[in-house]
Amino acid sequence: MEQPLVEFSDIYKIYTMGDTEIRALDGVSFSVHKGEFLAIIGQSGSGKSTCMNIIGCLDVPTSGTYLLNGTDVSTLSDNQLAEIRNEMLGFIFQQYNLLPKLNVLDNVKLPLMYRGLKDSEQTARAMEALDRVGLRDKCRHKPSQLSGGQQQRVSIARALAGSPSVILADEPTGALDSKTSREVMDFLAELNQNGNTIILITHDNSIAATAKRVIRVHDGKIIYDGPADGDDIIRSTVLSQKEKEAAI
Amino acid sequence: MNIGKTLKLAISSILSNKMRSFLTMLGIIIGVAAVIILVSIMDGVTGQVTDTFESIGMNNLSVMVTSRGSTRAIEPEDMYALLDEHSDTFSYISPNVTLNAVIKAPTETDSDTGSVTGVDETYDEIKRLTVEQGRFLQYVDVSKMLKVCVIGTYYEQEYYGRGKALGETIRINGQPYTIVGVFEEQADSAENSSDQCLYIPYTNASKMSWNTTISSYTAYVTNTDDIDKATSIIKQKATELLGSSDNVTVIATKEILDEVSSITDTLKMALVCIAGISLLVGGIGIMNIMLVSVTERTREIGIRKSLGAKKKHIMSQFVFEAGTVSGLGGILGIVAGIIFSTVAGKLLGLSVVASPGAIVVAFSVSVAIGVIFGFLPAKNAANLNPIDALRFE
Repeated sequence: MEQPLVEFSDIYKIYTMGDTEIRALDGVSFSVHKGEFLAIIGQSGSGKSTCMNIIGCLDVPTSGTYLLNGTDVSTLSDNQLAEIRNEMLGFIFQQYNLLPKLNVLDNVKLPLMYRGLKDSEQTARAMEALDRVGLRDKCRHKPSQLSGGQQQRVSIARALAGSPSVILADEPTGALDSKTSREVMDFLAELNQNGNTIILITHDNSIAATAKRVIRVHDGKIIYDGPADGDDIIRSTVLSQKEKEAAI
Repeated sequence: MNIGKTLKLAISSILSNKMRSFLTMLGIIIGVAAVIILVSIMDGVTGQVTDTFESIGMNNLSVMVTSRGSTRAIEPEDMYALLDEHSDTFSYISPNVTLNAVIKAPTETDSDTGSVTGVDETYDEIKRLTVEQGRFLQYVDVSKMLKVCVIGTYYEQEYYGRGKALGETIRINGQPYTIVGVFEEQADSAENSSDQCLYIPYTNASKMSWNTTISSYTAYVTNTDDIDKATSIIKQKATELLGSSDNVTVIATKEILDEVSSITDTLKMALVCIAGISLLVGGIGIMNIMLVSVTERTREIGIRKSLGAKKKHIMSQFVFEAGTVSGLGGILGIVAGIIFSTVAGKLLGLSVVASPGAIVVAFSVSVAIGVIFGFLPAKNAANLNPIDALRFE
């Protein structure tokens, strides 16, 4: 079997606050292969954000090994982690996290700039990414001139521009209305169809239903890992939604 | 990351907060302007002092013999012998007898008291004097003790009128002297200026002063580098003639000028150091505002780090920004410095030119201060933990 892109083995993340020990991740093991569309679901405080931070190389585990594309990330320096974030990971955040002073094009170019590409190549790749999210004509606008859904598409373009191995989406629809959320999720699904590996972090069961595979986290432990429709809560959420739609 | 992009980023960040940026720059602006103004004014003062000394003559040595009551003296013949002996060091040596005399022109009813200087025929070369009408004293005037004189334009205008003095008579202590030359005007023919001068042969002056020994000489040293050598030659001669050089004072214009220059240079350094304190304070102001800026932009730093910015990228961004703030402050300070030093020069009546050296140094120092004081905030920014930075509201 081919090597997993993301491999967590017995990951612990323990915070000590005074005398109490908080186990944000309590012995988590799973792996993600190329082309998967995984949703990590859990309530706030369940440990899903810690999980995302570790996958995203923004944080390091207290113990356990995390192999990203076969590389043990826990041994890397800050600069090496920065390189990995730049080349292997694409982030999509709940708050979009675009830089307000830069225009859309410059925002999308940021990861390419830090990679040290030539300006002409940065522009070409950024425009291509903006094309994919349908915002080529808005490239000279400032983020504040765009709607929430458009801003999130810009941040998707920024994540795509670097052609990362994994796209990490942290509550990508958290700040959007349900219609725009749907559009964004459909777009992520389409990206997955085209071969991109997507890891989605969410607390919303109906959003998680878009993914093919679901990992449910509770109190730092994995309580379910399997296909989306195999999770009882997701199944009931989807059913009740369909009933609602049918009633209308 | 290229420099153009970083610079553009820094400028847009400065422009987005104009008032704050200006106030931050103010310390640097004042510091740079102060350095330029002080250096320029000091240069102007030094220049004026130098000009004054140069007009006296940089190649000149004044020799004064103070052996009062001694039977032995340095005679003009001794000095002329010395001149022959060391013709490669000295160009000219002239005796110098100054006395106050009663001066009366035939056209006037009242007489004046003025200074009369007795010299030999080389004195115009020593002092670089230019005779405009007529001629200077000649060897025969001195040796035959002819009653001739050369006057400055003050006497010409005062007694005879422009161009009418040549060939006229002037009475010095009652004796009639024929005017054989008039000097070029140097200082608007004003009273007590260098234009109020009257030169006669030293032989006459010596006799007139009732003092047969000559106690003062002026020498012209061919090369200013030989001033020290010339001084020691004269002292040696004095020792030979008088038994010691204690009673002979040799003053070189150049030495006085060097002395004065070293004093003004020290003064200048002291003033620049004081102005430099303002630059230092300006630098601390920049550091302070950069620390605030880093805190305000924590989230931006988090975003950049999540996208793969390394420490050096964040560092260079903030250091560049601090350098740009101080550099812009430096440019504004230079403009202010040039304007104010010109105004100050006008007010003080000095020829003040903003010193290019001071401009270059002040600008480099201001940029360097920005970079140095921007370093700590930039380091703080670069060391931020990306998750904490991203969560920062």
